[in-house]
Formats: sequence, structure tokens, C-alpha cells
Amino acid sequence: MTASLLSFYIFSAVILLSSLMVISSRNPVHSVLFLILAFFNAAGLFVILHAEFLAMILIIVYVGAVAVLFLFVVMMLDFRTGLEKSNILQYMPIGLFVGMVFISELIIVLINTKLDLKNIQILTNPLSNFGNLTNTEAIGSILYTDYILYFQVSGIILLVAMIGSIVLTLRDREGVKRQSILKQLERSSQIELKEVKSREGVDI
Amino acid sequence: MIELNQFLVLSAILFTIGVIGIFLNRKNVIIILMSIELILLSVNINFIAFSYFLNDLTGQIFSLFVLTVAAAEAAIGLAILVIYNRNAGNIEIEKISALKG
Repeated sequence: MTASLLSFYIFSAVILLSSLMVISSRNPVHSVLFLILAFFNAAGLFVILHAEFLAMILIIVYVGAVAVLFLFVVMMLDFRTGLEKSNILQYMPIGLFVGMVFISELIIVLINTKLDLKNIQILTNPLSNFGNLTNTEAIGSILYTDYILYFQVSGIILLVAMIGSIVLTLRDREGVKRQSILKQLERSSQIELKEVKSREGVDI
Repeated sequence: MIELNQFLVLSAILFTIGVIGIFLNRKNVIIILMSIELILLSVNINFIAFSYFLNDLTGQIFSLFVLTVAAAEAAIGLAILVIYNRNAGNIEIEKISALKG
């Protein structure tokens, strides 16, 4: 058993176990932490597959940003939850049924399909085009040339997501005193001295 | 030697776990969002496994875009979750019936 095969089995076992824990944990914080574990091991799988750049991006984007966002929301919202016994009994049959249908269909297709990878003629970016460039250099050399349109569109998608979530979550609270610069500047012609009691302030 | 089928089986099982997670969690939208992340992760594993076994870089490029869209989707989903919780006081799926669907 080679080292890569052994590490494949270890990584995939941890991914499957931790994703099971993600969907069955009672505490959402534990779910997020197991999600982070699953992403770390998926990054290990990507390294086995010689996709080092994507492995690092997975750790930076998912563990560094998305999972922390999840953790932040879980800790900010106040809900006690998790799976309850009645829920499990109520929804387990349908969930297991759909899951079994999915997995059996996929496995049947996998068993009956014999992919002949050597003779596929539709490759657009075969690795032989890149000589001895590293993975990151190879991705960069086509991402910013052949795929520049898609790259820009994904940037726009991120911008829309950012503006959308800001607009969604922004709100005006009642009773918050804000600084009104316009009113402050308008007062400059009519400055007067007032005796202000401590901790009360004056109306403008 | 690792074969392509091993990766395909792994990502099929991961996909199924994500789907079961969507069905199983009726109390918590946030677990459903995490299940969607698991499903997208299994798709990414598929893309990268094919990219490796075909000696082709296109799968990695596509996987990069899937990552981008997944990050945007998580951000929007969590923002909707936060405002829904602010308005309704809970995030239980069974009680979300504003659309009478």
C-alpha cells in the first residue's frame, strides 16, 4: 500500500466521519468545527491530486472566511436547537430513503461505467502545455488569459453578494444618536454659549 | 495506486450525506447551509479528481469558480438568516410559512 493510497483512506475516512457529525451534532458550534475539519482533510485530498493551489485556497477561503462567518452567525444568533428525538424519528425514513436512492444510483452508474481516460480527445488545457510550470503558475497563466471573462464575472458575483448582504442586514435603530454634520455646520453663524448640565446635553 | 473510482465513490457518499442533512434538520437553517457546503465540496472533489486523472487543468479552473460562487452563496444565505431571525425570532424551518407554500 503506497503512502498516497494510505493517506487517501485516512483523509476520506475523516471527511466522511466529520461530515456525518456536521449533520447530526446537537450543538451548531460543533457542526461548524467539524465542517472545518472536513475542509482541512479535503485540502489534504487536493494535495494528493496535485492541486496545491486549490488546496491552499480551500483552507484560506473556507476555513479562514466562510467557516468563521458561520461560526460568527451561530454565536451571534441565540437559538437552542439541534436534532430532537421526535424529529429524527419523523424525518429519518424519508431522509434515508432519498439518501439510499441517491447513493445506489451513483454506485450503480460507477460500477457499470468503464471510463477510458487515455483516449479522451476533448482536453482543452492538457498539462503537457505547461511544461514544468508549477500548479499555481499554470492556473494563473490560463486564468488571466483564456478565462478572463469568467474571472471578471466571478468578481462581479462577489461584489453583488457583498452589497446584497450589507443592504440586507443594514437597519436604522430607534433612539440612536447620530452626528449630523450639516446641522453642525449650519450653526456656525449663530454660535451661542449655553450652560449645559452634566450628562444631559442640549437639543440642536 | 489510487484510481478515479475511489474519488468518485467518496464524493458520491459525501453528496449523499449532504442531501440527508438537508432532510434531517428541520430545526436549524444553518445546518442546511452547511449541508449545501458539503455538497459543493463533493462536487469540487469530483472536478479535481477528473482534472488529475485526465491530466487537464480545466477542472481546477472550474473548481475555483465553484468555490467563488459557494462563498457568495454562503454570505447571502447567512445574511438572509440573520434578518429572518431578527424579524421572526427563530430560524426553525417548520415555522417558516410566510409564503404559505
